[in-house]
Amino acid sequence: MALKLWASSAANALKLSCRASATAAPFPASSISRCFSSVIDGFKYSNSHEWVKHEGNVATIGITDHAQGHLGEVVFVELPASGTSVTKGSGFGAVESVKATSDVNSPVSGEVIEVNSKLTEKPGLINTSTYEDGWMIKVKPSDPSELKSLMDSKEYSKFCEEEDAH
Amino acid sequence: MGGRGLWRLGRCISRRLARSNPAASNPRLFATAPSLEPAELKKTSLHDLHVEHGGKMVPFAGWSMPLQYRDSIMDSTLHCRASAGLFDVSHMCGLSLRGRDCVPFLETLVVADVAGLQPGTGTLTIFTNERGGAIDDSVVAKVGDDHIYLVVNAGCRDKDLAHIGAHMEAFKSKGGSVDWHIHDERSLLALQGPMAAPVLQLLTKENLSKFYFGEFRTTNINGSLCFLTRTGYTGEDGFEISVPSEDALDLTKAILEKSEGKVKLTGLGARDSLRLEAGLCLYGNDMEQHITPVEAGLSWAIGKRRRAEGGFLGSEVILKQLQEGPAIRRVGFFSTGPPPRSHSEISSSSGEKIGEVTSGGFSPCLKKNIAMGYVKSGFHKVGTEVKIVIRGKSNNGVVTKMPFVPTKYYKPS
Repeated sequence: MALKLWASSAANALKLSCRASATAAPFPASSISRCFSSVIDGFKYSNSHEWVKHEGNVATIGITDHAQGHLGEVVFVELPASGTSVTKGSGFGAVESVKATSDVNSPVSGEVIEVNSKLTEKPGLINTSTYEDGWMIKVKPSDPSELKSLMDSKEYSKFCEEEDAH
Repeated sequence: MGGRGLWRLGRCISRRLARSNPAASNPRLFATAPSLEPAELKKTSLHDLHVEHGGKMVPFAGWSMPLQYRDSIMDSTLHCRASAGLFDVSHMCGLSLRGRDCVPFLETLVVADVAGLQPGTGTLTIFTNERGGAIDDSVVAKVGDDHIYLVVNAGCRDKDLAHIGAHMEAFKSKGGSVDWHIHDERSLLALQGPMAAPVLQLLTKENLSKFYFGEFRTTNINGSLCFLTRTGYTGEDGFEISVPSEDALDLTKAILEKSEGKVKLTGLGARDSLRLEAGLCLYGNDMEQHITPVEAGLSWAIGKRRRAEGGFLGSEVILKQLQEGPAIRRVGFFSTGPPPRSHSEISSSSGEKIGEVTSGGFSPCLKKNIAMGYVKSGFHKVGTEVKIVIRGKSNNGVVTKMPFVPTKYYKPS
């Protein structure tokens, strides 16, 4: 998810920090790492904070708990039409919170076979059911080997910690 | 009233954004000042309190300010309107003008009828430049004929002080008697919402039931001598309290404790949603150097005597616009699709480009998109259908009146 901060939006996406747990390193108050976000073992993750669940010929894609936490309450989701082609690393839609707009990138290339129409009525599913009902698109991957270059849950958790430490 | 604060709220730099996604960064969105390390940001007296309460601190106009606390921006906004919110707005710049000629001096720089203000009353005004454009908006209060108290935007501090300072030197060199004091020894809190007055009443002997919207008092609150103005930036009833900084933490804690949970600390994210719902301008977005108060829909702030006499910078341009009408006007919009954001293009239903959005978002109270922007005169009437272009797609919009959420200013019945 590439974050575009519009001139009237707040920087709640990536600049956030919150109090560290008592056992964390003594960072100055304004740059403490974030509380842990959840990940699902077995899913793959991109460095722009999307997750992929690959089952057979279908890759289900959404944004991660880390992303939705930073974004805040989602108020609008923009999704492509079924049949659209997506390319690994390119945007396919957007997620909007009260304050910020974020592009969402596809972690894999392929054809969109289904979009989650529930998100039109209930965009908040991305916050409340990030890895289940909050899925965004299902793709038929054109090159399943692309999945190998994505991170697994451990690598992604580490990636988030490093990002938040700055 | 209001229109201050939140200068360039959206232009906070995300260093990680620049590092990890250089393609996504947009030069337009970066603040003109270089990115400051957290250690270089100024801190208000309440900084540690914000962090203790789960404040998510972001850089804002050179200060480390709380964007939100543990609640979402949506919940925070709703809570302020249902109960009350307490905002640390100490990053804004308060100053006092003093001297025999402080009133005529200020009148050379702003559109307000300062001489006509009753002592103990204030108003929103605009500092103008030679072209009639807005240098900043400000709430000014006439404390007395020889004392004016005003508050300007944090992001405009250096610009405003340079402007006022230069004009003051020129004024004094011609024999005028005026001087100033910048209140860096004070902190500013905003207490807004229906519970603001009942809670504040517990901390002061001042009879708040007889203290109306726009009024100013110097009064004792929780043992400190405060400048109290019944004003704000949310559309709700509320107060701005200027307190000596050494007492700011105690006052804040007293307000929170006495309220028994009814008052919650509220951050800049909710502050922006609230002011947008109230139809109030954010300087830097909805008002800029090239926009006049008339274009911004603030003609009411130009005093009647000032329209007849002029005498402020840019008065020729402004008076002409008052007579002939401005070429562009600020209006409000409802729309479907994604929330409009600043710089989204506005077209007429026949596809002609007619303007631009200057602020927009999803309204927590109305649960729909709201936006404000400028359109060519002729397209500004309520009910005019427009198209708002977001990320290349056209969305339906309609001009609507502001405020979007009715205001609740405390006025005599």
